[in-house]
Amino acid sequence: MRFRGKLVDVACLNHFTRVVNTITKLAKTCTLRFTVDKIYFILNDKVANGGVSMWCELNQENFFDEFQMEGVAAEDNEIYLELTSENFSRALKTAQNAKAVKVKLTNKQCPCLTVAVELPSLSSSSRIVTHDIPVGIIPRKLWNDFREPSVPDFDVSIYLPVMKTMKSVVDRMKNLSNSIVIEANQKGEMNLKIETDLVSVATHFKDLGNPPWVPEHASQNSTEKRHPETMAEARIDIKRLLQLLAGQQVNPAKALCNILNKRIVHFILLHEDFSLQYFIPALT
Amino acid sequence: MKCIVTGGNVKALGKAIHSLARVGDEIYVEPLQEGLSMRTVSASRSAYASFLFAPLFFQNYQPTESGYDPDSEAFRCKVHMKSFLAVFRSLPSLEKTVEKCLLSLNPHASRFRVQLHCKYGVVKTHDLPFQECESLQADFDTSQCAHALRAPPRLLADAVVHFPLALAEVTLVASPAGKVSLRSYLEGDTEVTRTMVTELGLNEDEFQTFHIKQEAQITFCLKEFRGLLSFAESSNLSLNIYFDTPGRPAIFTLDDAVLQVHLVLATLEEPESCSSQMTSCTPKPLAPAYDFTGDDIDDYMIAMETTCGGPAGTEPLPSPTFPMGPTSSEAQEPDSDHEGTVPGTPPQKRVRIKGLPQTNYRHEVKNVALPICCFVVLLGTCKMI
Repeated sequence: MRFRGKLVDVACLNHFTRVVNTITKLAKTCTLRFTVDKIYFILNDKVANGGVSMWCELNQENFFDEFQMEGVAAEDNEIYLELTSENFSRALKTAQNAKAVKVKLTNKQCPCLTVAVELPSLSSSSRIVTHDIPVGIIPRKLWNDFREPSVPDFDVSIYLPVMKTMKSVVDRMKNLSNSIVIEANQKGEMNLKIETDLVSVATHFKDLGNPPWVPEHASQNSTEKRHPETMAEARIDIKRLLQLLAGQQVNPAKALCNILNKRIVHFILLHEDFSLQYFIPALT
Repeated sequence: MKCIVTGGNVKALGKAIHSLARVGDEIYVEPLQEGLSMRTVSASRSAYASFLFAPLFFQNYQPTESGYDPDSEAFRCKVHMKSFLAVFRSLPSLEKTVEKCLLSLNPHASRFRVQLHCKYGVVKTHDLPFQECESLQADFDTSQCAHALRAPPRLLADAVVHFPLALAEVTLVASPAGKVSLRSYLEGDTEVTRTMVTELGLNEDEFQTFHIKQEAQITFCLKEFRGLLSFAESSNLSLNIYFDTPGRPAIFTLDDAVLQVHLVLATLEEPESCSSQMTSCTPKPLAPAYDFTGDDIDDYMIAMETTCGGPAGTEPLPSPTFPMGPTSSEAQEPDSDHEGTVPGTPPQKRVRIKGLPQTNYRHEVKNVALPICCFVVLLGTCKMI
């Protein structure tokens, strides 16, 4: 099992750092999966995390100048690692003005993902900082736990308003309630509501637009049957939502959310070279 | 004692207090003929810092009261660090608003007065309670240290910034070949599989002085060092580092025409076996420099099979998910209270002061060996306002 990647371009490095920082905000530990052409950050649904799951996928060639990997076996040419995401973002933080950054799998005291940063220095030779991030190697028999979550048969799919705006709204609501109701319909309307014994607050968004989904899912039939003005709603943990809104540093080109009535809210942040999916289950 | 600090020196004084506050809980103020001395020592006696501001630092400096017997010893006192720090809490506002700072110590009035003369005629007066005390002096000698380094503050500040703030200690390894490296020090009980290890290499030519006789390695606390570095950076003074074998104190100094700063830090005493245990944690201390340039794929190959149960899983290597080597059992061994260290036990967490009878600071200090310092600290009668 071998892996080695090299980032040289500053823009790529910064972008990659922002992705890892976003992951760190969403998941304390995550699973890092390498395939020949992609890198995945995965958080799978665990009750201890409040049932939240995350799936983030990037095309390695848009980030890495060099990328070599050899999986466990020829037929399973993949690597699954478990790591503390904060360590990774901390290591990349020190690479702000690096000339080059290498990420590689090493075997020190324990298996490590080594981030070697080449920094400019005043002397002739450059300064090297290495960070050894301990990782756990996930055995093949557990790989099934980290399958891409299937897109639920959602009732409503809608584009999100500007995330910054949404964040400042939810940020204020957080002080009033622990849970928030997200409701939306197929006419581009979305409401964020909190309801407590003392106060009810609702923020209404309109003309958001609904993404056209290719009718590959059976869900499409159900959405077509739905009246476009009927709201689908889910009550979710406000902290989880805020984690996503406040934690994301990637400024996605497109952000959308799918709501499965009273079941789950599925967020998708899309960028040209990367996508992030985040699932927050509805509270009962 | 009466002195007046003006202009940019007010900020320097404030910075000095901030960096002293990283070390101890009390600040010992002593007006001497050669300048105003401010010193502190950590509760565990593992760190000592001293700032000596020469008379020229001040616009006006009177170490003794006029009409006071010049032969008698100067009056000295100690003040709570917290109350002193509160006066200089906000450095930006200090820089912006304070034009003049007046320090006066009047033994008869039983108060240590700090007056800040700000813009628009605002005068802030702080009367700090103090205790009379004996002189605090650590016993150290830079000339007895085998190794010396001198570096611009920027270099070291840029180096420590790569280490996480939560990291307590760092190991400095210097070799006569011209390499200096800083590496995070993991305590015996930290989980190797959870903690990130950071290492940074510096070259001889980045230092202003490089006297390393043989391969040397010391481990010291980062907190106090960071405090001194931030002072050195703001006043742009090069930092001298004098050190010797592990367990002997490391001395950090800054020199200026109007200022002398010393920071003495305990370094971790490592029994032979422990140092070998430590090097085994990171087998090649200076490896990364070569690692980085070496692109051979074998360099980063990880020889581990993760399939369980399959025929390929017969490799005799330990399970990768629990890769703790035999050292783990040693690391978990309870601390030994015996004087003689058994090879293989983690570094003694107990602190001894040479020259003082078996003082045990066990509960006050974490993982520090003691500098060979003899502190003469006798408390005088308590004198409070």
